[in-house]
Amino acid sequence: MEKAEYNYDIVRSFVNWSILWGLVAVLVGVLIAFQLVNPDLNFAPFLTYGRLRPLHTNAGIFGWGIGTFFALFYYMVQRLCRRPLWSDGLAKFQLWFFNATIIAAAVTLLLGYNSSKEYHELEWPVDIMVVILWVIFSVNITMTIVKRKEEPMYISLWYMLATLVGVAVLYLVNAAAVPVSLFKSYSAFAGTNDANVQWWFGHNAVAMVLTTPPLAVFYYFLPKSTGVPIYSHRLSIIAFWSLIFMYLWTGAHHLLWTPVPDWIQTLAMAFSVMLIAPSWGSVFNGYLSMKGQWHQMRDNYLVKFLILGITFYGLQTLQGPSQAVRSFSAFIHYSEWVPGHVHMGAMGWVSLVLFAAIYYLVPKIYDRKLYSIGLANLHFWLVLIGQLINSLSMWVAGLQQASMWHSLNPDGSLTYTFMETLAEIYPYWFVRALSGIIYLAGVVVFIYNLYMTVRRGKEVPVAAAQTT
Amino acid sequence: MIWEKNPVLLLVLATCAILVGTIITMVLPFAWVNTEADSIASVKPYTPLELEGRDVYIREGCNNCHTQTVRPLVADVLRYGDYSKSGEFVYDRPFLWGSRRTGPDLARLGGKYPDEWHYKHMQDPAGFVPGSNMPAYAFLSGKTVDPEYTRKKMAALNFPYTEDQITGLAGKTEMDAIIAYMQKLGSDIPWREAVAAEIVGELVNPYAGVDHATMEAWEHLYKENCAACHGEHFEGGIGPELDGASLEENDLFEIIYNGVPENGMPPYSSLGADKVWKIVNFVKYYNIGEDHQ
Ligand code: HEC
Ligand code: HEC
Ligand code: HEM
Ligand code: HEM
Repeated sequence: MEKAEYNYDIVRSFVNWSILWGLVAVLVGVLIAFQLVNPDLNFAPFLTYGRLRPLHTNAGIFGWGIGTFFALFYYMVQRLCRRPLWSDGLAKFQLWFFNATIIAAAVTLLLGYNSSKEYHELEWPVDIMVVILWVIFSVNITMTIVKRKEEPMYISLWYMLATLVGVAVLYLVNAAAVPVSLFKSYSAFAGTNDANVQWWFGHNAVAMVLTTPPLAVFYYFLPKSTGVPIYSHRLSIIAFWSLIFMYLWTGAHHLLWTPVPDWIQTLAMAFSVMLIAPSWGSVFNGYLSMKGQWHQMRDNYLVKFLILGITFYGLQTLQGPSQAVRSFSAFIHYSEWVPGHVHMGAMGWVSLVLFAAIYYLVPKIYDRKLYSIGLANLHFWLVLIGQLINSLSMWVAGLQQASMWHSLNPDGSLTYTFMETLAEIYPYWFVRALSGIIYLAGVVVFIYNLYMTVRRGKEVPVAAAQTT
Repeated sequence: MIWEKNPVLLLVLATCAILVGTIITMVLPFAWVNTEADSIASVKPYTPLELEGRDVYIREGCNNCHTQTVRPLVADVLRYGDYSKSGEFVYDRPFLWGSRRTGPDLARLGGKYPDEWHYKHMQDPAGFVPGSNMPAYAFLSGKTVDPEYTRKKMAALNFPYTEDQITGLAGKTEMDAIIAYMQKLGSDIPWREAVAAEIVGELVNPYAGVDHATMEAWEHLYKENCAACHGEHFEGGIGPELDGASLEENDLFEIIYNGVPENGMPPYSSLGADKVWKIVNFVKYYNIGEDHQ
C-alpha cells in the first residue's frame, strides 16, 4: 500500500484543533474550580460560573473528545479498510464546519443561550450544525467502510459504527423543541417526561461518546503499541453487543428517588449493575492481551497510558453501577462525589487513551520521531497525579458532605444547616483547583512535546514510518 | 460471522439493539407520565412574569448549582420541605431538576422568604449570606423585560395570559422576573400547612438562667440564621426589631420553631428543639440592658 493514498492531512488538522479545544476545556475547568473557592472570580455576567460550567463540559466532551475521535476515526478507518477516505472534500468541509460549530457553541453559551439540558445545552441553530456535522462524518466513515479492501471488519470498526447510529438517535430525540426565536426554544417534552428523555440521552452520551469511541481507539492502539493482538475475539464480540444493548436501559439511574416512575428506576438500577459484565469484558481483554508483555509498562510509554486508561475505565464501571443502587444513590447523589466519578472517567479513562493515540499518531503522520520520551513520561505523571488528586478530593468531600446532609439529631432534627455543610467543602475545592493546575501543566508539557516533534523532531524515512 | 463482514447489517443490528431499551424505558413511560393519573388540579402554568424569570434562570445556568426536586428521604424533606410529585412539573419545559447541589435545593423555595430577602441576596449573595460562593447577579436589575417577546413565548407554550399581564410587564426588570419565578417554586400545592411541625409536650426552657459567657458561644446560630433579616444587633431590617423583653420564652420558641410563613418569617424546626432553645435564650437574654443599635 502506498502511503500517498492515505489522507493524513485531515488527521493532522483534527488533532491540532482538538488539542486546542482540550486546552480551552482545561483552562475553563481551572477557572470554574477557583470560582467555587472564591466567588469574586465571577468577573462579568458572561463569565459567571453558571455560564462557564457548560462551556467547560462542552469544550471537554465535544471539542476535545469528539474532535480527537474525528481525527482518530479518520486515521483508523483508512488503515483498517486499507483504502483512502471515501471523500476528502467532505472531510475538509467537516473540519471547518466542526471549528465553526465549536466556536458558535462557545459564543452562544457565554451569551447565555442554552437549553439547560446537561451535555445538550446548545440552542437549536447550533444543534442543527451539530446534526449536519454528524451526518457528514457518518456518511464518510460508513462509505469508506462499505468500500473497504479488507473484508473482515476489525473490532474498532464495530464500535465506530455503533457510535455513529447511537449518537444520531440520542441527539435527535433529545433536541426536539419548539423555537420561539433564533436563540430560544422550549423542550418538546414536559416535566417528568422531559427529565426521563434527557437522562436517557445523558447517560448514553456517556455510552456513545465517552465509552464506545475510546474503546474503538483502545482496541486499535493497544495492539499497535504492544505489537501483540487482542487476547480474545469471542470476548470482544460478546462485550460489544451486550454493552450497546444494556446501556440504553440505564438512564434513570440519574433520577433515582425523583418523581420518575419507580419501575423505570428499578430497571435502570438492574441494568447498571449488569453493565459491569460487558465493561469488564473489555478490561479483561485489555489486561490479558498484556500476557508476557507487562515489561512494556516500564519500557513503552504508550502502553503505560493505555493500561492506566483501561484501568480507570474498569474502576469507573464499578463505581458507576454502585452509584446506580438506590440506597447508595440516596447518599451520594447531588454531592461532590459525582464530579469525582466524572473526572476519573474524563481525565483518566478518556483523556489517557486519547493522549496515547495522539503520541502514537503524530510521529507517523508527520514522519518524525517523538521529540522527547522523557517529556512524555513527565506529562504522564503530571496528568495522572492531577487527576488522582482531583477525584480523591471530591470523593472524600462528597462522603463528608453527604454524611452531614443526612445527619440527624436524636430528636429527629437536622444536625447541620446547609451553610455549615458548605463551609466544610472549601478546603477540598481548593485542593481540586490546585490539582487542576497540575493537570494543566501536564497538558502544556504534552503540547510542547508535540510542537517540538513537528518543528524539530528527527525526520524518519517514509518506509520506516510505515512499517509499525 | 456475517455481520463482521457487512457494515450495513451491523448498522441495522446495532440500531435494533439500542432501540429495545430505548422503547421500553424512554418511549413507553409517556403512557403514564403527565396524564390524568399523576395530574394535580391546583398546579397552574407560569404567568408571563414568572415565565420570563424562569428563562433568566435558564440563561444564567442556576441549575448548575441548584436542584429542583426534593426526594422522599428524611433529610431531604426536613431540609427542603415536602417531596416533589410528578404532577407539579407538567408545565416545565424544560424540566430544571438539576444534578448538583452546590447550593441548596430550590423546589420548595416559594414563600420561604419575603421578596426583599431575595433582592438583597441576588444583589450580593456572599455579602448577605457569609460563606456563600454564589455569584452576584446585581446586573439583572439593569435589564428590562420585553413584553412582546414574552407574549410570543406564552403563545408558544400555550399558557393562558391576560392583556393586563403583558402590559404590566413594562418596566419590570429581569430581577423582578426571577424573583417572581422563585416565589412560585413548589407553592402550587399547600404543603407548608401539611408539614408544619407539631410541638409535642410542654415547653420547658432547658437553659433557664444561663449566663452571658455561655450564650456567647451561641451567637453564631443567630448570625447564621437570623441576622440577615433581624440585623446583627437585633435592630431589625427585613424582619422587625427583636425586643427580647416583649415576648415570653414559650412564644419565642413557637415563633422561631414554626415561623410565621405567611408573613415572611421562616420556620426553624429543622434545627431541632435544642438549637431553637439556644436561640430563644440568646434573643431574650443576651443583650439585656444593652443598646440595640
Ligand atoms: C456557584 C454556584 C451557584 C450558582 C451558579 C447559583 N447559586 Fe444560588 N446558591 C448557591 C449557594 C452556595 C447558596 C447558599 C448560600 C446562599 O444563600 O447564598 C445559594 C443560595 C441560593 C438561594 C437561597 C436558597 C435558600 O433556601 O436559602 C436562592 C434563592 C438562590 N441561590 C438562587 C439562585 C439563582 C436564581 C441563581 C441563578 C441566577 C443562582 N442561585 C445561582 C450557589 C449558587
Ligand atoms: C427571611 C427573613 C427572616 C429570617 C431569616 C428570620 N426572620 Fe424572624 N421574622 C421575619 C419577619 C418578616 C417577621 C415578622 C412576622 C410577622 O409579621 O408576623 C419575623 C418575626 C420574628 C419574631 C417575632 C417578632 C415580634 O416582635 O413579634 C421573632 C421573635 C423572630 N422573627 C425571630 C427570628 C429568629 C430568632 C430568627 C433566626 C433563627 C429569625 N427570626 C429569622 C423575618 C425573618
Ligand atoms: C457501567 C458504567 C457506568 C455506570 C453504571 C455509571 C453510572 C453513573 C451514575 C449512577 C451516575 C449518576 C451519579 C449521581 O448523580 O448520583 C453517573 C454520573 C456520570 N458518569 Fe457514570 N457510570 C458509568 C460509567 C461512566 C463512564 C465510563 C464515564 C466516562 C467518563 C462516566 C461519566 C459520567 C458522567 C459525566 C456523569 C455525570 C452526569 C451528570 O452530569 O450528573 N460514567 N454515572
Ligand atoms: C484541569 C482539569 C479540570 C478541572 C480543574 C475541572 C474542573 C471542573 C469543575 C470545577 C466542574 C464542576 C463540578 C461541580 O459541578 O461542582 C467540572 C465539571 C465537569 N467536567 Fe471538568 N475539569 C477538568 C477537566 C475536565 C476534562 C478534561 C473533561 C472532559 C473531557 C471534563 C469534564 C467535565 C464534566 C463532564 C463535568 C460535569 C460533571 C457533573 O455534571 O457532575 N473536565 N469540572
